[in-house]
Amino acid sequence: MSAPAMGTSKTAHTDSSHKKKKGPGTLAIAYLVIYNVVMTAGWLVIAVGLVRAYLARGSYHGLYYSIEKPLKFFQTGALLEILHCAVGIVPSSVVLTGFQVMSRVFLTWAVTHSVREVQSEDSVLLFVVAWTVTEIIRYSFYTFSLLNHLPYLIKWASFLNIHRYTFFIVLYPMGVAGELLTIYAALPYVQKTGLYSITLPNKYNFSFDYHSFLILVMVSYIPLFPQLYFHMMRQRKKVLGHMEEYSKVE
Amino acid sequence: WQVEPNATIGEIKSMFHKSQGKSLKDEDVLQHLPVGTTATFYFRDLGAQISWVTVFLTEYAGPLLIYLMFYFRVPFIYVPKYDFTTSKHWVVHLACMCHSFHYVKRLLETLFVHRFSHGTMPLRNIFKNCTYYWGFAAWMAYYINHPLYTPPTYGEQQIRLALTVFLFCQIGNFSIHIALRNLRPPGSKTRKIPYPTKNPFTWIFLLVSCPNYTYELGSWLGFTLMTQCLPVAAFTLVGFIQMTVWAKGKHRSYLKEFRDYPTLRSPILPFIL
Repeated sequence: MSAPAMGTSKTAHTDSSHKKKKGPGTLAIAYLVIYNVVMTAGWLVIAVGLVRAYLARGSYHGLYYSIEKPLKFFQTGALLEILHCAVGIVPSSVVLTGFQVMSRVFLTWAVTHSVREVQSEDSVLLFVVAWTVTEIIRYSFYTFSLLNHLPYLIKWASFLNIHRYTFFIVLYPMGVAGELLTIYAALPYVQKTGLYSITLPNKYNFSFDYHSFLILVMVSYIPLFPQLYFHMMRQRKKVLGHMEEYSKVE
Repeated sequence: WQVEPNATIGEIKSMFHKSQGKSLKDEDVLQHLPVGTTATFYFRDLGAQISWVTVFLTEYAGPLLIYLMFYFRVPFIYVPKYDFTTSKHWVVHLACMCHSFHYVKRLLETLFVHRFSHGTMPLRNIFKNCTYYWGFAAWMAYYINHPLYTPPTYGEQQIRLALTVFLFCQIGNFSIHIALRNLRPPGSKTRKIPYPTKNPFTWIFLLVSCPNYTYELGSWLGFTLMTQCLPVAAFTLVGFIQMTVWAKGKHRSYLKEFRDYPTLRSPILPFIL
């Protein structure tokens, strides 16, 4: 889904005071800064690619093809974030991060890439735009958070943080809509071709129906989407609350 | 309990729920506790509880019955023309006997063999555990008893080997349960280091802390080999992961509690894990 990763939702001014016994070392922080800068740049490339293609063609149709490669590269690269949590240099839950990254990677490869016919659908543009805006804000926020010992940058981090939580109100439903519509569009083709499906009889006595699986995935959005959405709303209230306090103290 | 007259109920409640380190044991005697003339007791509400025996009986009865439903091809599972038919492969009948035997054994052990340290566990565990056991049982049983089931590639040889492994490990598992039971007099909750007995199946205690899990893994590997069914392999893997977590925990608490704990032992797999 298109929600930004949870966990590192602390406001900039409290980041340094939250160091636990085993916090990330300087090398880890340097690496993370580079990682987040590269990711910000990558998603900016995608954003620019979309705008340029739109201006060139004059329509929203088929913009996916213009950014297909960087989208695949940078979205897949996000798998590293699971490693970051597992190793402990990022204080997020491995399971939660894993789940979110895997759902993005699943949509990128197992749906959009695998079912050629949906690539020209407008729903693809819907989630790609949602992801792009979200990720640019998220990665640039993390970059500034990590560099938060420069007081000048704290203001930028807070600025981004507020926008992250506010844009999210629109971006998240937009992304979910795009994702669900794309999966739905893929269904008839998957059924017709038996994509990724295994039938009986076979040597290992196992079967898998990808069509049914995709329907199950769509259904799973029903319990999951509201939970994630309201979690972000609660985080937003907390963050905006801190912002007020912080600016009052100033 | 010491509270000021002006304490609110909310304050008393929060004192109630404060956890002050490890809980005392039921067997501890008041005068032997490290307190002075006035002792302060903290209680913690563990939430809704259910007895271990109840949970075990429910989670084991499910797979037994569910598997049999698939074996007898009860309606609405497979294509209607197969309703109430039986498989033409003899390994399918064998598998049903093994699976049923396994869970009957577990039920009987729960009723007559095991001596539980804790009387109860949190209520939500029964839903979690039953989903796991019942879900996997249905998934496995669906394929093994399917009209399009394919018997093992190496035929009778493979099945015979698998059955040997399965039976060996079932006897082994039972031997360990008996040995562990005998460590503990009836009604007591004492903990002692388990050692090999005259029964050769218990000699594995020389190398392993939790051989009951080792044998359980072996049983399911046998069943996987017997049925050559991927969902069975998946169930074996997940069970192995969970049992390894438990074995490591038990091994660690043995080491903490007993200074003279044998150093050659591994938690679940000799020399490996």
